[in-house]
Amino acid sequence: MTNYAVVAEGLRVRRGIREVLHDVSFAVERGSITGLLGPSGCGKTTLMRCVVGVQIVAGGTVTVLGGPAGGKNLRDKIGYATQNPSVYADLTVTESLRYFAAILRAPKKDVERVIEEVGLATHADHVIGELSGGQLNRASLAVALLGRPELLVLDEPTVGLDPVLREELWDLFRKLVDGGVTLLVSSHVMDEAARCDRLLLMRDGYILADDTPDALRAETDTPDLEQAFLRLVRKQEALA
Amino acid sequence: MTITFTTATAVRILTQLRHDRRTVALMVLVPSILMILLRYVFNNEQQFNAAAPALLAVFPFAIMFIVTSITTLRERTTATLERLMTMPIAKLDLLFGYAIAFGLVAVLQVLVAAGISLTWLGLEIDGSVWLLLLIAVLDALLGTALGLLASAFARTEFQAVQFMPAIVMPQILLCGLFAPRDQMAPVLEWLSNIMPLSYAVDALAQVTHSSDVDATLVRNLLIVAGCALLALVLGAATLRRRTP
Repeated sequence: MTNYAVVAEGLRVRRGIREVLHDVSFAVERGSITGLLGPSGCGKTTLMRCVVGVQIVAGGTVTVLGGPAGGKNLRDKIGYATQNPSVYADLTVTESLRYFAAILRAPKKDVERVIEEVGLATHADHVIGELSGGQLNRASLAVALLGRPELLVLDEPTVGLDPVLREELWDLFRKLVDGGVTLLVSSHVMDEAARCDRLLLMRDGYILADDTPDALRAETDTPDLEQAFLRLVRKQEALA
Repeated sequence: MTITFTTATAVRILTQLRHDRRTVALMVLVPSILMILLRYVFNNEQQFNAAAPALLAVFPFAIMFIVTSITTLRERTTATLERLMTMPIAKLDLLFGYAIAFGLVAVLQVLVAAGISLTWLGLEIDGSVWLLLLIAVLDALLGTALGLLASAFARTEFQAVQFMPAIVMPQILLCGLFAPRDQMAPVLEWLSNIMPLSYAVDALAQVTHSSDVDATLVRNLLIVAGCALLALVLGAATLRRRTP
């Protein structure tokens, strides 16, 4: 058992003739929250798709929990929430989760637990299509929490949530990590970066920086992570 | 293949349908209403008797094709399929789940349409009513399976709808409903020979006119069932865990 839940080496992804990930290498430590940050369109979702094994890769390797990404034995060990809520809009929250729980061979009582965890208990019997955007997002996030995932890959899980809910979800993430789960979370909101143990800053298909929030602040000499990101971008542009 | 995954998928799709009562009502009632319409368009029991058995197969075939291709396309274009592809479910589990759920709806659809035709509309058949029902259900399943396969080649719902005239209509034109297949030009006859619906309509014609269950009938049924199975397996092959 290595210390890393995810190791990517020389990862390249092409879409049409354009390369959208250029020689990306990084590692995600077990039992930590790694934040994947960068402007929209920089390749965050593509990178996450590589980790969960649904992306056709042009080169390089991704090792997840000790095996190649997308391997059969990983399919009930990774919780994945896509950026667009991936739930059945014409089912209730409970019905949708029951289906995914059956596919993940998760115990039935898990459904109730995850509904509670994402704060949808009052809406458990509502049809998903009638929920608000934030509730829809949480219904989708709940699916990723079913079973006992060792790695959670969450693509912008807090988009459209009010500050109170966001706080609650980050508390939940921290609790999961304390229980030994590894999280890879993308966001384009810099104020969430401070809550991560480690940050991968991305831009145009490159990893601009891979460090702890404190180290990034120190390196760029600013307490503000958004400023830190901008300074790194400028530094890179000056070099180019 | 895992039975629990297949049944969970079928139950999920039926639950989705349960929330959409209008769709269920349309699926169950439209073929019956078309049969009633046809009966009074002919206004003649003999003519109706000649065309009705074939149409009992054609209507469910066409309706199940279009319903299935749209539903599956929706699963493909929303992220739910991507999510399922990261989970332990096999591709065939998913497709058989679809086939079972829509197959059950098709049974209901055919039961109602055949029931109305055989009683109120005065349809008379010499063969077994159960055999008629079996063929009609096989046909609806064929429509479901072809719809699943067709959805793989559609990028948008507009395209999926267009597959109905492209894939279903030629089969209806050439299946022997409008002109006997052996009197068509050789090219057309050859085309009709490679279309599965032709064998379903042949089987229905036989059930209408005789109570014999001979080798030809069994062969025709096996061809229809085989084509449905083949379409499902090909449909599974078009699902990809990894996409660009």
